[in-house]
Amino acid sequence: MNLSRRELLTTFLGAPLALAACRESPRRFPDGDIVGQSAELGHILRENRTFQVPADNWETKRVAIIGGGIAGLSAAWQLRRDGVDDFVVLELEKEAGGTSSSTQGPIVGYPWAAHYLPVPFKENVDLISLLNEMSLLDGVDVNGEPVGKEQFLCREPEERVFFKGRWYEGLYLHAGESDEDKRQYAEFQRLVDIWVNWRDAAGKRAFVVPVEQCSTDVEFTQLDKITFADWLSQNGLTSERLHWYCDYACRDDYGLKVDQTSAWAGLFYFCSRVRKSGVESQPFLTVPEGNGQFVNHFLTKVGDKVRRSQMVVSVVPTENGVEVITLRNGELRGIRCKDLIYAAPIFTAPYIIRGFQNDAPFNAAAFQHNAWFVANLQLKDRPKPRFAKDFPLAWDNVIYESPSLGYVTATHQKGIDYGPTVLTYYYPMCHDPVGRTTLFNYDWKQLTDVCLSDLSRAHTDIYELTTRIDIMRWGHAMISPRPNFIHSGIRERAIKPYRNIHFAHTDLGGIALFEEAFYHGLRAADVILVGDRG
Amino acid sequence: MRRPSLLFLNVIIIATCGLIYELLAATVSSYVLGDSVTQFSLIIGVYLSAMGVGSYLSRFIDKDIAERFIEIELAVAIIGGLSAPLLFLSFAYLSYFGIVLYTLVFIVGTLVGLEIPLLMRILKDKLDFKELVSRVLALDYAGALVASLLFPIFLVPRLGLNRTSLVFGILNAGVGIWATWLLEPMIPTRKLTLLRVKGFIVVVILAIGLIKADSLTTLAEDGLFVDNVIYAKSSEYQRIVVTKGKVGYSLFLNGNLQFNSFDEYRYHEALVHPGFAAFNGDAKRVLILGGGDGLAAREVLKYKTVEQVQLVDLDPAMTQVAYSVPALGELNKHAFEDPRVQVTNTDAFVWLDNVSTEPFDVVIIDFPDPNNFALGKLYTTRFYNLLKQKLKPDSAVVIQTTSPLIARQSFWCVMKTLEASGYTVKPFQTSVPSFGIWGYALAKLQPFDTPTKPPENVELRFLNNETFASLFEFPSDTSKPDFDLEINRLDNQALVRYYETEWRRFEQ
Ligand SMILES: Cc1cc2nc3c(=O)[nH]c(=O)nc-3n(C[C@H](O)[C@H](O)[C@H](O)COP(=O)(O)OP(=O)(O)OC[C@H]3O[C@@H](n4cnc5c(N)ncnc54)[C@H](O)[C@@H]3O)c2cc1C
Repeated sequence: MNLSRRELLTTFLGAPLALAACRESPRRFPDGDIVGQSAELGHILRENRTFQVPADNWETKRVAIIGGGIAGLSAAWQLRRDGVDDFVVLELEKEAGGTSSSTQGPIVGYPWAAHYLPVPFKENVDLISLLNEMSLLDGVDVNGEPVGKEQFLCREPEERVFFKGRWYEGLYLHAGESDEDKRQYAEFQRLVDIWVNWRDAAGKRAFVVPVEQCSTDVEFTQLDKITFADWLSQNGLTSERLHWYCDYACRDDYGLKVDQTSAWAGLFYFCSRVRKSGVESQPFLTVPEGNGQFVNHFLTKVGDKVRRSQMVVSVVPTENGVEVITLRNGELRGIRCKDLIYAAPIFTAPYIIRGFQNDAPFNAAAFQHNAWFVANLQLKDRPKPRFAKDFPLAWDNVIYESPSLGYVTATHQKGIDYGPTVLTYYYPMCHDPVGRTTLFNYDWKQLTDVCLSDLSRAHTDIYELTTRIDIMRWGHAMISPRPNFIHSGIRERAIKPYRNIHFAHTDLGGIALFEEAFYHGLRAADVILVGDRG
Repeated sequence: MRRPSLLFLNVIIIATCGLIYELLAATVSSYVLGDSVTQFSLIIGVYLSAMGVGSYLSRFIDKDIAERFIEIELAVAIIGGLSAPLLFLSFAYLSYFGIVLYTLVFIVGTLVGLEIPLLMRILKDKLDFKELVSRVLALDYAGALVASLLFPIFLVPRLGLNRTSLVFGILNAGVGIWATWLLEPMIPTRKLTLLRVKGFIVVVILAIGLIKADSLTTLAEDGLFVDNVIYAKSSEYQRIVVTKGKVGYSLFLNGNLQFNSFDEYRYHEALVHPGFAAFNGDAKRVLILGGGDGLAAREVLKYKTVEQVQLVDLDPAMTQVAYSVPALGELNKHAFEDPRVQVTNTDAFVWLDNVSTEPFDVVIIDFPDPNNFALGKLYTTRFYNLLKQKLKPDSAVVIQTTSPLIARQSFWCVMKTLEASGYTVKPFQTSVPSFGIWGYALAKLQPFDTPTKPPENVELRFLNNETFASLFEFPSDTSKPDFDLEINRLDNQALVRYYETEWRRFEQ
């Protein structure tokens, strides 16, 4: 193994694996490409140009929406539901969807990032109406809680974890637990249950989706000042496997390690999806293409309003509205609108909104994102179990000793249990202080090597089975709920309109979730609609 | 002794083979057990220490050194040569794989450890000590290098583990035989011949192993099945084995008995005819899900009114068995050659989800028991709901639902699942000697009376008017448990868990 390969594998997978992998350098690379995100926008914005739109390239709209991710599409969906038709969605990429994008393959679709949504609580009426519109629900149970249709509820076996040569059911590793591990796990559950059941004076829950509806009682908000790792040790929770479990949860939901995540966010993960103590957390709705199903649904409703490959390069607030300038194939066009919904990542605001820097209502740079890469592996067949009684392929398959998050099996939910499949492999760059830079320093071949070397710990036949790997490098994947962000007051300021610009992005929740994007999309649309009526 | 220098070639080959066996053991064990760091370091440790033991033991060999040397070389050849296949087989069938593994590594290590000291003693009179030690040890280490380079670059990718093992065994034995010529002056002629015969036998055994490397699995199966294996095939989905015994043919899938020709008619008559009895009128369109052996189809085709039989079975290899084993073709009365039968090879779940057809009058469901999640989905509310799209209000469905005696909860879990999916269900059971007490569900989308007689004008060996009604009676030990059972859904797979616990009690 040459030095740079060892360096690569050490960077991504750690020294022990890099050493072990020496023996098994890939005999053959599958086909594949780096896909997705255009880097052009960043370059253009950094040049800090002024944009002169030719006079007859202007048009007028009631509302313009920047960004065709979940937030932008949700806003569009809401506007149309309320009878507003004079709007346009401007999307930078060739396809809408943002971090909920997916691709339709010959056997099944597969996601490029977001892949599931927990069934909401009954209070989340707007989301329930979307799910009903999509026929994902089967009415309500005796308590009036929505019930997912069986074919969309994540099929068992849901998760398995690979540890020392074997797969085990579930995510928390029970095999080989000591009595102390068990005690700590029970203690952790007990603490979680306390927060699950807790209500503040106004009857608000401590942790609930969306974040806007959580209690702001200092008892909780102070949890945002420490890391989740600190919280665990303050509570005497030192068990290695419990620590791993919490670390996994943080990496999976936030792209951060347990010692980088705010304790508030860590607990949010465990508490916000549990109705009351003793009941299971809300089941997941999923389909092969993941949350791409919502994008596709929105497109059936508002697809005619979505303009793709439209890079918004400048937003100019004016006396009676906003001017939006887009660049496409070197051509500048302008839209004059009364209101603008800004559903692109928040950190971009100062680069795009003219004058934002001078009287900044909030520090946009505080909205920090982390980097991920996601690989879709086309397999001609399933990996063979090492022995007959090993726990079988699940929906989510996690490798205990890996800094990656393992992979999700696209065919699982469809009951397609034999033959070709697609695995979606997730890798958050949280082990690296300059993760984004590191990620973009490596090319397709190197990232493919990382992915296959990692998976070959559990599947020795992965090299033979994989026919193609496409890799998405998400430079700005998820907002990072590090300590002192969610409850620092900055989100509240960003949620308020800036002149006629209404921000709407999952960033505003402080965590990257479908429900947050949806909530803020609808909220921004509603503010505009209320303004129209009043 | 002839040409001592040629004996040095022996050293390099012994060293190469020795290290190959060691690498093989480590690779096989990390392949099947995982955790390669541990496996490699343990195997290397055990092997090296065993070599030490061998070297020590060499002092106890005083006489006939040349002869012993060759015998040891042949022993290494046969044990080392068979080591990889032996390890694979013992992993598949023995629970104490670790013991076999380390014993094998220890034996090979000890034997290899014996060889070098003996060889040095054979050569000691030909060379001075300085020369001897330097040449033998240098070649020994060079051999190790050859092995460690060949192994990952050429042997594993090109030959695979089993063949590498066998090929090196043969090489090893070949060198042993060759040594009988090199050391001829040191061995009495009579013993020489004997040694050559032994060497020849070792080579033959290993060569047979090499030719049959693929059928080694079958070899292992012969020991597992009581009767003679007359057909064995690993399809994409399962291992299919047909055996022939005194009372008839048996078909096994992954080692689980599917039927014995001696009493399968009991099982298949009970699977098919209650459905026809419950359908009002003449059944024309019939759907069979599973049942790739064609035996359910045979029963269905007894009805002259049936115009179309759609059979959906996952495995094309299953429907082929009837052609490959003529006795089975006869047993299903060549059902697949009947123009009324159409066979589709796909997963029934995916088929129900994706293919739209006219509804069927009678549906026969004959899947393997729900012993894994891929099979468990075929017994869920989702599956039975998908099935509804293929039914008319009056259609009758019969489902095999495992043994209500051995797996009582599993059996009643399926009944509850059917009810939860909106079916009216009449559970029934019968006795099939090869299986024991076996259970079924007769179900319809509307309430119906339990049929009391089998349909008229069909030739039956088992069912008759007198006893038909008693199929639907359950003695106390198989009746519905009085505690609550879960409904089997895709998102809980409760049935697989019931089934696992209940059948595990019967595994050794
Ligand atoms: C790897 C990964 C896994 C995830 N998994 C899940 C999951 O399982 N469940 C879940 O609920 N959430 C998950 N998420 C979170 C996911 O981000 C949210 O669910 C949701 O998709 C966010 O939508 P959004 O519209 O707020 O933001 P984005 O998806 O970031 O959408 C912003 C859109 O704006 C466009 N844009 C940006 N700048 C411009 C510009 N100048 N001009 C025009 N357009 C522009 C972008 O191209 C993009 O389409 C995951 C995220 C990642 C990265």
